Amino acid sequence: MNATYPWLSTAIWVPIAFGVFLLSAGRDRSADVVRAVALVGSLISMLVTLPIVTGFRLDHAGLQFEEQIAWIDSLNANYHLGVDGLSIWFVPLTAFITVIAVLAGWKAIRERVAQYYASFLILSGLLIGVFCAVDGLLFYVFFEATLIPMYVIIGVWGGPNRVYAAIKFFLYTLLGSFLFLVSLVFLYRSSAGSFDIFAWQRMPIGLSTQILLFLAFFAAFAVKVPMWPVHTWLPDAHVEAPTAGSVVLAAIMLKLGAYGFLRFSLPIAPDAAHHLAGFVIALSLIAVVYIGFVALVQTDMKKLVAYSSIAHMGFVTLGFFIFSPIGMEGAIAQMVSHGFVSGAMFLCIGVMYDRTHSRNIADYGGVVNTMPRFASLMMLFAMANCGLPATSGFVGEFMVILGAVQFDFWIGLAAASTLVLGAAYSLWMYKRVIFGQVANPVVAGLADADPRELLAMGLLADAVLAMGVYPRPLTDAMHASVGQLLVQVSHSKLPPGL
Amino acid sequence: MPKVNFLAVLPEAILLASACLILVADPFIPERRRNVSYSLSLTALAAVALSCWNLLDEQVVRYAFGGMFVTDPMAQVLKLFACLATGFALVYAQSYSRGRAMWRGELFALALFTLLGVMTMISANNLLLIYLGLELQSLALYALVALRRDEPRAGEAAMKYFVLGALASGFLLYGMSMLYGATGTLDLNEIAHRIAAAQVANDKALVLATVFLVAGIGFKLGAAPFHMWVPDVYHGAPTPVALLIASAPKMAAFAVAFRLLVEGLPHEAGHWHLMLLLLALVSLAVGNLTAVAQTNLKRMIGYSTIGQMGFMLLAMQSGVASGTTASAATAYGAAMFYVITYALATLGAFGVMLLLSRQGFEAEEISDMRGLFQRRPWYAFVMALAMFSLAGVPPTAGFYGKLVVLQALLADNSSVPVVWVAVIAVLFSLVGAFYYIRVVKVMYFEAPADDQPFDARPDMRIALSANGLAIIVLGVLPQYLLGLCSSAMVRTLGG
Repeated sequence: MNATYPWLSTAIWVPIAFGVFLLSAGRDRSADVVRAVALVGSLISMLVTLPIVTGFRLDHAGLQFEEQIAWIDSLNANYHLGVDGLSIWFVPLTAFITVIAVLAGWKAIRERVAQYYASFLILSGLLIGVFCAVDGLLFYVFFEATLIPMYVIIGVWGGPNRVYAAIKFFLYTLLGSFLFLVSLVFLYRSSAGSFDIFAWQRMPIGLSTQILLFLAFFAAFAVKVPMWPVHTWLPDAHVEAPTAGSVVLAAIMLKLGAYGFLRFSLPIAPDAAHHLAGFVIALSLIAVVYIGFVALVQTDMKKLVAYSSIAHMGFVTLGFFIFSPIGMEGAIAQMVSHGFVSGAMFLCIGVMYDRTHSRNIADYGGVVNTMPRFASLMMLFAMANCGLPATSGFVGEFMVILGAVQFDFWIGLAAASTLVLGAAYSLWMYKRVIFGQVANPVVAGLADADPRELLAMGLLADAVLAMGVYPRPLTDAMHASVGQLLVQVSHSKLPPGL
Repeated sequence: MPKVNFLAVLPEAILLASACLILVADPFIPERRRNVSYSLSLTALAAVALSCWNLLDEQVVRYAFGGMFVTDPMAQVLKLFACLATGFALVYAQSYSRGRAMWRGELFALALFTLLGVMTMISANNLLLIYLGLELQSLALYALVALRRDEPRAGEAAMKYFVLGALASGFLLYGMSMLYGATGTLDLNEIAHRIAAAQVANDKALVLATVFLVAGIGFKLGAAPFHMWVPDVYHGAPTPVALLIASAPKMAAFAVAFRLLVEGLPHEAGHWHLMLLLLALVSLAVGNLTAVAQTNLKRMIGYSTIGQMGFMLLAMQSGVASGTTASAATAYGAAMFYVITYALATLGAFGVMLLLSRQGFEAEEISDMRGLFQRRPWYAFVMALAMFSLAGVPPTAGFYGKLVVLQALLADNSSVPVVWVAVIAVLFSLVGAFYYIRVVKVMYFEAPADDQPFDARPDMRIALSANGLAIIVLGVLPQYLLGLCSSAMVRTLGG
């Protein structure tokens, strides 16, 4: 493996370069060419992430593929990239989901095609940038910059109420981010002018400061995850976003918040994290149980999956804050799995929506009769969504529940209720939509998934099954880094003498 | 100290000569050859910019006219950008002014005199010269606002601007007179020196002088509660003139604040530090909250400017509290960077407005931007960049403005709870983000209201594209400008 080649930069800038090219050269007249270029761009972007996976050393807890160039001298900010066991999976995941997103919008998007695909490709590069950046300022720039393409995607190509959803999405996330910015600048000042995340992790900080920092981080990341009660932007954004927008939003953007907890909250403010763990666990359980019930009563499929995303992300934050290796690895596995499963669920809804222009569960019934191949694939995803063994959904949930039971039986029990609730809302929706008699003439006239859709769904199905059957590589890669993070979190950072 | 130092005043000399030349020559140029004056003005601006650029790396501080006039690195940077801003404003003004009988020699001559006033203020090291520069700039701008005589709104704006501007000048002059009375000198360095040596006749007069000076500066910056003129003038003035008011004069006001308070009255910092903080917070609140309610884009930018100046003042006030020269340089460098990026984004926003205006149609309501993304995606993108930059969202230049101001603010280790000030500031910025992204919303998410084609002249297209690119390039690689501002400040304060 050629370690000196800047693979991470390649993974970030190749999709952005394709995006900028489409933006400047693409026209609606040549929409097919634009689609082809976008597909090629996303495939190349995915290919360049492969060396990062194959060259990743499992025994190494620190950064790999590190790159560091001076960026803003006067602020001592560096273009500093690197992946470790916490972030490694999100790089290929993002690139992979972008391919799916490109496929998902193939037919549904007919206007301003070039700008549409450019937004996704640029977004993909920026998201990979967030997962690779280990300089505080660089992280923030990528983190914030992702808002702009997503805002445009929801607002331009979204549903009827898209404007409201886009603005809500933007302002909610911006509120958290601005507080995050203040805390970054605060850390920069207190570390005598450094934006190095690892320097911040080593720096002793008093408890009350840690708590304030933790809360500022929390404002940014909890909104992104999203945790109850700051989740209300998500159902709106999902419902209004175009299919591919929902896929990327659920599969990747929600992970930014959870990833932020791993990179910032836990290692920089470990004492505050222990101090406030009960609070975060409580919010997570509310997300799991209460939002699970909320999902149950939804009549709109996208809303239902959006709420189920919140519940699943509740698992992730729960896994982080029980401070055990199995919980944390389970949480990261859950993040990856949720990337596949929620992406796939939104894709399935998109496939139906493209045909009927309805997301209402009541408008469907008996889809299996007209779309059998589609129905069988969706079955798999619905099962994965409720955590059936041998699907990816099982791995993370099982590990987190295991960790939670070790931590406290009752917390474990409450978390395990998701197995019932998840099955209830996923399968009940599946039953109402797919099974039964053909409900109406629209459903009777449905055509089964075409090869393009089958390809997108098939790729996701493979990923879901592969991860469910053999999750070892996934957890092996994160083992060393998670261990190191837990050691960091268990050591107090309070200044001596306090 | 030299009597006259020609090298130090070279840019101003070029500017003055060319402004006079245009003033005299233009009446003899026939209407259809008006481009001659236009090219002449742009050439003059280029020459001035070049001469500022040449002096940019000078380590020394040059004095001219017996110390009344100072050319330090800060002045060079600000002059360069003031000059560029005026040039862009003239390019943007072209098609708008042609359609409205404003494309006359007066426009060029007055714009150049405004710039001359701005540059004099930037370099003034003497109370009288500051006042002289201020009046030169203001009088030229009053006339420019009223350039469309047949437009009642412009007349009203000019009147308001004049009356309130005169009031502000009065405040400033009153403060200066007290300062002179207390210290017995007009020279800023000498004032600082005498206060330091406790050779002051009356300490209370100094405090009172500080109050009046801060009020005068507040007027000129458009900081609340001295902001009443801003929205009306932005709204009423012809768009190119509003653009002119929003760009270079802000840099001048910043420079005057720096010269008077930091260089002249460092020993009164305990007083003006808190005054500026108060102005900053009130401006942030008033500007951002009122801007939300606006439907007119020019008015909205006017109100948002108040908030932006509030943000800039946060850095301005923190420079002194942190104690060391290095951190003071960081703080004033941050404020300077903020003003420059603000001007850059505002130029872009007004530029797009001017692009959309045509004969008999003023594009100045937010709704006039509707569907621009479908009509002209590139210019919609430029406008979006300007808005995101003003909102402080990366990757745009404005983000780094916010960043450096916040980091200057948090360096303040005085008794003020700066973290909470910073939190208040970002919360108001969030309010700001709401109305900025509303403009983006209107451009991107709504269907076009009219399909009237508009055609931009090539020079305008190039300028507007360069403006947009500058916002994003500085948003990805801000090092050069950041370094320029902070090193200029280090050299200015050190020298």
